[in-house]
Amino acid sequence: MNSASDSANRLIKIWDFPGGIYPPENKIQSTQLPLGNLPIPPKLIIPLNQHIGAPAKPVVQVGDTVLAGQLIAEADGIFSANVHASSSGKIIAIENYVLPHPSGMSSECIHIETDGEHKFIAFEICENYLTIDHLTLLAKIRSAGIIGLGGAGFPTAVKLSTKSTQKIDTLIINGAECEPYITADDMLMQAHADQIIAGAFLLSYILHHPQRIVIGVEDNKPKAIAALKTAIKNFKKSDKDSDIELAAIPAKYPSGGAKQLVQILTGREISHGHHSADVGAICVNVATAVASWRAVFFGEPLVSRITTVVGESLSTQRNIEVLVGTPIDYVLQHHGFNVAKASRVIMGGSMMGFTLPDLRAPVIKTTNCILAPDKKEAPLPPPAQACIRCGLCSEACPASLLPQQLFWYAQAEDVERLQAHNIFDCIECGACSYVCPSKIPLVQYYRAAKGTIRNQISEKEKADRSRQRFEFRQSRIEKEEAEKEEKRLARKRAADQLKLKLAERKKDDISHAEGESAPVIVPAQVEAVISAVAKANTQQLSDEEQKSRLERILAAAKNSVESARAPLVPKNPEFPITEEQLVRQQSRIKQSELKLADAEKKLADFLKAVTQTVEDPVAAAITRAQTKPGQSPEEKLRANIEAMQARLAKAIEKSTQAQNENSSSANALQLGVEKMQQKIAEAELELKALISTTEANRE
Amino acid sequence: MLELIFHNPIASALTALVSLSLLFGAILGFAAVRYKVEGNPIVERIDNILPQTQCGQCGYPGCKPYAQAIVGGDAINKCPPGGQSTINALADLLDIEAPQLDAEHGAEPEVKKVAFIREAECIGCTKCIQACPTDAILGAAKQMHTVIVDECTGCDLCVDPCPVDCIDMLPVTEHLSTWSWELPNAKPRNLIASDKHQQDQAA
Repeated sequence: MNSASDSANRLIKIWDFPGGIYPPENKIQSTQLPLGNLPIPPKLIIPLNQHIGAPAKPVVQVGDTVLAGQLIAEADGIFSANVHASSSGKIIAIENYVLPHPSGMSSECIHIETDGEHKFIAFEICENYLTIDHLTLLAKIRSAGIIGLGGAGFPTAVKLSTKSTQKIDTLIINGAECEPYITADDMLMQAHADQIIAGAFLLSYILHHPQRIVIGVEDNKPKAIAALKTAIKNFKKSDKDSDIELAAIPAKYPSGGAKQLVQILTGREISHGHHSADVGAICVNVATAVASWRAVFFGEPLVSRITTVVGESLSTQRNIEVLVGTPIDYVLQHHGFNVAKASRVIMGGSMMGFTLPDLRAPVIKTTNCILAPDKKEAPLPPPAQACIRCGLCSEACPASLLPQQLFWYAQAEDVERLQAHNIFDCIECGACSYVCPSKIPLVQYYRAAKGTIRNQISEKEKADRSRQRFEFRQSRIEKEEAEKEEKRLARKRAADQLKLKLAERKKDDISHAEGESAPVIVPAQVEAVISAVAKANTQQLSDEEQKSRLERILAAAKNSVESARAPLVPKNPEFPITEEQLVRQQSRIKQSELKLADAEKKLADFLKAVTQTVEDPVAAAITRAQTKPGQSPEEKLRANIEAMQARLAKAIEKSTQAQNENSSSANALQLGVEKMQQKIAEAELELKALISTTEANRE
Repeated sequence: MLELIFHNPIASALTALVSLSLLFGAILGFAAVRYKVEGNPIVERIDNILPQTQCGQCGYPGCKPYAQAIVGGDAINKCPPGGQSTINALADLLDIEAPQLDAEHGAEPEVKKVAFIREAECIGCTKCIQACPTDAILGAAKQMHTVIVDECTGCDLCVDPCPVDCIDMLPVTEHLSTWSWELPNAKPRNLIASDKHQQDQAA
């Protein structure tokens, strides 16, 4: 007796989730015909962003020829997925193209003109994955571009690489497929049950053999359940693996939601802000399990998927294996699409799908259904009536939210209350809208509200960032200003000190001048500064001006001495002059006398300095500095010519070098040399003229 | 000891109360010094509401200075980028009546904009870099400048200083990552279905 068949027959305890609805299933239409195929379309449009996360980066160029399964765009970051060519052909464009998205917006797509041969690239086959470690297997799944095929498009490799804190004890293979009209997973389970079982064991191996492997299938798919049972019986599993449990769960919408299915099969509820991995369960769609297995076993990337093509406006309704990138209008055309009959075309099922704004959009990895209902099947929604507070929506909500309250707050755009009522726990299943007797499009309100909140959060983040940048800039500017001020003050202090030193030196030098003429050794740096200060002084004032200034100071000092010596006259005749006032006057006299002496001395020094022949180095430097700005025009010209000649020599050298090297700048350099020669000639002429005029003056 | 307390109930009660009040007073005094709030917290809260465009349309050199001015008694309706929603939020916070936006400081912009430098025309003068309040323009002297779109607040302070007029304010285009569903445009009618026909006929 096989233990696998045991488990398949074993009674499995299942739980229930709150709410839920029983909409018409509409699954019969598309299950009458076997799984079909389409001829390879002449043009494939493969979007770079078919998953949640950043768009992939193209690795091919326009004009390249590609084979089916060849990598054409690389994942950009962790939450991104590789994109592969679905068929062989030539890349004719990498440009924006309309996406199967409710916004009808365009995004970058790789356009392939197929050659019709559908030649595959060589794959790396792996017969026994048990010899390979988990990380390599994850890398294989990742490089094959596998994403959640149930509809969310979350990269599978990321889902399977669980955190160390998350202990996974249950692997759930999701074959519930609760959404009306969609039968893609049903057909897959019927056609490739063996691959699903193999995929389940592969995932179990990657997840370090969780205690339970459960396949959850709604009980409205007896054929799929039978096929899976046979497959489980026939599969030779390794001893390490647990038995696969096959749970036939009651058909109730939305039992296929990951959180709902985890609750049904494990009884664990996933709390706000958590994922199924947090309660020890990983939920993988059957199609994803097959794609992962094929990625490992055949090395085959995800280039095609099973999609339900259904609706009364089509003459053929069935499931097809379709290449990713096939234009939806091409698919519809091959199923006898009657535009006149159709009310609209929906991607996804009737509950969670959205109307396609543009039928040229391609099939992507997450396109599980193309629904083209006629006007009777899907009439335009009746006008919404007022909410009558019947509370049916709260009863239907599988996430135990209060849809009615959320509706009011969404209308009022009351972001805080919406968040307080956990709007982000809404899975947008549409059960509330379905049961609403007033036909209020509730889900649309929640989607809009979620968008508003997300935008507000991102705006808030941006505002915080710009506040930070602004404040940083302010503080930087303040710091710069402070530094400048500091530097200015430092320079001022240094200049003051030097002035003081200079004055002292001068004094010393003069006193030394008559006695020993021992030159004061001044460091070169100080000398330079002193000369600069002296230069600045002389530039400001000529000797005459300086003399008159000193004389003025002297006169002022004399005046102040006289005024200080003048006898004190009481302002008010009634009050006599106090002792204190007398003392003050004495000090004032003393001060003014000191000033007078100082001024007299300064003037005398100055007169001496002007007449004195300078011998010591400091004075020499001062005179040198003094003479420099006052160089005679002749000297200036001479120096100028010398400098120019030096420059000319350098320029000639450069130009010959450039000519030798045949460089493109040789001409320009040659031109420069010529110009320089001309300038020198002009300067020499000028010099000659100057010399002749000065000689004439002397005579 | 107990005896003393029983004999002088009033005095012992008084002693107990006084010592308790001294003790708590000391604790409170210590807490007031130790956990003193730095700055004015209301300024921070106002600054949090302001849109942080740092555009200076309010007449202050940035959002924080305006927040300080509001605390100092200035009007709350001087922020055009924030618009009426910011005024309402401020009024809510300060518990005053929400005035209309002061038109003197400009109108509320209809679309969000970001600066864009026509790079072929940029002469590299760095004037816009100096004008940008959030350091969102990148470049150096005599090198072409460019705007870091993610950091640009759309304050348009860089447009005026540009000597060659190579800066445009472009409306922010919506892309897939920023797209969101719109609220259903037809608000639920307060009609019963049969009334609708009458209304249609009347129209």
